[in-house]
Amino acid sequence: MSAAAATAGGDVMLRLDDVSAGYAGFQALFNVSLEVRPGESVAVIGPNGAGKTTLLRTISKLIGVTSGDILMEGRSLKDVPAHEVIALGIAQVPEGRRLFARLTVEENLKMGAFLPAARPRHAERLRFVYSLFPRLQERQSQIAGTLSGGEQQMCAIGRALMSGPKLLLLDEPSAGLAPVIVQSIFELVKRICAEGYTVLIVEQNIRQVLKVADRAYLLETGRIKSSGASAELLASDEIRKAYLGI
Amino acid sequence: MQIFDVFLLESVLNGLLLGGLLALLSLGLNLVFGVIDVIWICYAELIMIGMYAIYYFYVVFGWPLPLAMAAGVALVAAAGVVLHQFVIRPVLSAEPINQLLVTGGVLFFLQAAATLAFGIEFKNIGVSFPPIVVGEISFSMPRLIAFGVALAGMLAMYLFLTRTYMGTAIRAISQDRAIMPLMGVNPDRIFIITSALGGGLAGLASCLLVLQYDIHPAIGLSFGPITFLICVLGGLGNMVGGFIAAFIFAQFISVGGFFLAVEWGYVIAFLFFIAVMFWRPQGIWGGK
Amino acid sequence: MTRALPWIGLAALAVAPLIGIGNYPLHMLIQVLLWGFVYTGWSIMGRLGMVSFGHGAFLGIGAYVVVMGWNHYGLTPWIGLPLALTLTAVVAFLIGYPCFRFKIVGHYFALVTLALSEVARLLIVAMRDQTGGSLGVTPKTALTESTYSLVALQFSNKLVWFYIVLAVWLAGLWVWKKVDRSMGRLALEAISQEEDAAASIGINVTRLKLGVTLISALMTCVGGVLYAQYQAYVNPDTVSGIGISLQMVFGVIAGGMYVRLGPTVGAAFTLLLAEGLRLMFGNSLHALDSTIYGLMLVLFIIYMPKGILGGTMEALQRRKSAPAGNAQGV
Repeated sequence: MSAAAATAGGDVMLRLDDVSAGYAGFQALFNVSLEVRPGESVAVIGPNGAGKTTLLRTISKLIGVTSGDILMEGRSLKDVPAHEVIALGIAQVPEGRRLFARLTVEENLKMGAFLPAARPRHAERLRFVYSLFPRLQERQSQIAGTLSGGEQQMCAIGRALMSGPKLLLLDEPSAGLAPVIVQSIFELVKRICAEGYTVLIVEQNIRQVLKVADRAYLLETGRIKSSGASAELLASDEIRKAYLGI
Repeated sequence: MQIFDVFLLESVLNGLLLGGLLALLSLGLNLVFGVIDVIWICYAELIMIGMYAIYYFYVVFGWPLPLAMAAGVALVAAAGVVLHQFVIRPVLSAEPINQLLVTGGVLFFLQAAATLAFGIEFKNIGVSFPPIVVGEISFSMPRLIAFGVALAGMLAMYLFLTRTYMGTAIRAISQDRAIMPLMGVNPDRIFIITSALGGGLAGLASCLLVLQYDIHPAIGLSFGPITFLICVLGGLGNMVGGFIAAFIFAQFISVGGFFLAVEWGYVIAFLFFIAVMFWRPQGIWGGK
Repeated sequence: MTRALPWIGLAALAVAPLIGIGNYPLHMLIQVLLWGFVYTGWSIMGRLGMVSFGHGAFLGIGAYVVVMGWNHYGLTPWIGLPLALTLTAVVAFLIGYPCFRFKIVGHYFALVTLALSEVARLLIVAMRDQTGGSLGVTPKTALTESTYSLVALQFSNKLVWFYIVLAVWLAGLWVWKKVDRSMGRLALEAISQEEDAAASIGINVTRLKLGVTLISALMTCVGGVLYAQYQAYVNPDTVSGIGISLQMVFGVIAGGMYVRLGPTVGAAFTLLLAEGLRLMFGNSLHALDSTIYGLMLVLFIIYMPKGILGGTMEALQRRKSAPAGNAQGV
C-alpha cells in the first residue's frame, strides 16, 4: 500500500479508483472513481441501464474488475473472492430484495448472520433489527415469499444488517414498491444512517434519495458525469431538466 | 380368518419397517437433487461400495463392527465428495441429460469395478439375529434396527437443516444460488458439504442393508430404481414428500407381495407409480 | 467425389461377406448393424430432447412376444412381429401421452421411462412360468432338418442374417433421414428448445412428440425381434431393464447423437471395445471391459459430449470453414 493511499485511506472507507468492469463481451462501467467516507450516506443516481446495479455487484465482487481497483478501508479487493467481501464489512441489499422465498423471516435473517464473526452477536443484532422493523418481529415465522413488498424490503435490509456491516450497499430499495411504502422505506434508510451506518444507495427515485443522502454521484452509461452535495444537485439545471422534468 | 388377518398385519408392519429404510434412501437423493439439482443415478452403487467396504473392514480386517460401520460411512461420504468434484462439477453447466448420463456412467463403472475386484459370489457379513416375536407376528431384528436408525438419521438431518447455519444455507441455496456470496457463503463449499452428507446417508444405508442382505455387485439394481421412483413420487427434491412416498411405496411392495408372489409386489408398486405419473406427473407433493 | 463415398462404402459393406471374411467377423458385423439400428431408433427421440431410459421395455416386448408366441402357441414370428409392434405402440402411447401432455421433461421423463423398463423386466421375471424368468429362454428350434425356416424366421447361415440386418439398418437410416427432413423436424427442434413458443404458432406439440416416440419405440421393437431370432436366446437383463436402456443411451452418446451415422459408430465402438478387451484379457477378467467402458463413458460426457462422430465432424467443419451450407448431415 503506497504512502499516498495510506494517508488518504484514513479518511475514506470505500474508494473506487478508475474502475472498469463488465460482463462477457460487454463493458458496463468505464473508469468510475468515487469515494465514501465513514458515516456518510452517498447516493448513485442515473437513468435505467446506466450501470448502477453493475456498480454495486462489482463492489461485492459478483462481477470481476477489468481495470482499476476497489479499496475498502485501504485494503484492495482485487484478490478477494465474492464470498469473502462481507467479512470486510460490506453488506449488500440486492435489487429486487432477493429473499429466500421458502424460508421464514427469521431464517432469512439468520442467513444474514452466517458470517462466523457475526454469529456470536446474532441475538443482539436480531433485537436491533426487530427494533427497527417491529412488523418483522410480528411476522418472524412467516414464509418470506408471502410478505408484502414493503415487508420484504425491510426483511432484506434487516438481513444485511445482521452481519454488522460497516458499509451498507442498497440497490434500488424503492423499486417495485407503492409510493406510500417508498416513503416509509426512505424514512428507515434515514434512520439507519442516523444510527451511524455508512450507506451507499443506488436509486432511480432521485427526489427521494437526495433527501436522504449527503452526497450523490450521477452515473450515465457507465461513467460518472458529475457529483456533489445533494442540495447542490437538486438545484442544478442538469438534474432538474433531465431527471426531474423541470 | 384370524390367522389371515394376523399375517396381513405382519406384512403391513413389515411394510412400515421397509418404508423407514426406503425413506432413508430417498433422503440422500432428494437432498442432493434439491441443493445441487443433480440426480445421482449411481446412488445405489455408492451404497453397494459401502457394503463391500464394511464387509472388508469387519470380516477381512477383523475390525469391530461399529468401527467398520463408521469407517464405511466415512468412506462413502468421501466418495460422494469425489463424485461431485471430479464427475459432477465439470458438467454442472451442461444440459441435465449430460448429468444423468455421467452418473449413469459411474453406475456402470462401479458395478463393473466391483465385479472385477470382488467377484460375483454373494458375500455376507455373517451377523445374524434371532427374530423378535410379538404375539403371532415375528419381526427381523435387523429390520427393526434399520427402522430405528433410519428414523434417527432423518431426525438428525431435520435438526441439522433447520437449526444450524450451514443447514439453513443448504436449504437457501436451492432458492437463490446467485446471492449466496453476499452472505459469505461459498456455493462450491455448500455443494461439497451436501455431497458429503448425501454420501454419508448412503453410507448409513450401507450399514443397515449389510445387516439384512447379501452383497453382490449388482444389488444396486434391486433398490436403485425404487429409490428414484420414490423421490419422483414424492416430488423430486422434496424431502418430506419422499418420506411419505417411501412408506406408501413400501406398503404396496409388502402387501402386494403378501397377496401375490414377491415380484408382483414390486410390479404393482411400479404400476402404481406410473398411474400416479398420469395423474400428477410432478409427484404427489411436487412443486414447480 | 465425397458424395459418392458413402455409396462406395455401402457397396463394399454389402459385398464384403461374400468375398469371405470369416464367421466371427461376420457375427461382429451383424451385431454392429443390429445394435446400430436399435441405437439409431433411440436417437430419433433423443436428439429432440426426449431422453428415454426406458427403451429396454420396447426391446423386451419385441424379443419376448415373438419367442413366447412361437414357443407356446407355435405362432410364427411373422405374426408375432405385428403383435409385438401393436403392444409396443400401446405402451409407448400410454407412457408418452401423459408425459407430453403434462410437459414432463428432463429428469422426470428419464425417471418415468426408467420405471417403465424396470416394470418390463420385473414382469418378465415374475411370469417365470411362461418366460423362464431370469434364466432366459430359447426359441424352439425349427432347424433340425434344414438350415433355414422362413416360417420360424430362423436361419443357420449367418450370411442370410447379414443381409436381413443390413436391409433393416439401411431402412433405419432412411427413417432417420425422413424424420430429420420432414416439415415436422423444424417444429420439433423448436419444441425441444421452446415448447410454448412452438405451441403458440399452432404446432400440435403433443401429437408430434407422440409420433416421434412411436417411430422410435417401434424401431426398437423390431430390433428386439431380430435380436431374439438371431441370437436364439434372450434373458430379461439383456433385453430389458435399466442396464440395457442405459447402454443404449451411452452407445448413442459415444457415437454422436446429432449425426445420422453417429449411433452406428457408437454401436461399433462399444461392441468392438468389449470384444477387444475380452480378447486381450480373456474371460477371467470379464468385467474389465465394462469397467473401462464405464470410465470412458464418464470421460466422454465430460470432455466430448458430442460423441466421437459428432465431435470429429465438428472439428472438420471448423477447419473447412465452409461458405454455403455444405453440411448436409451424413
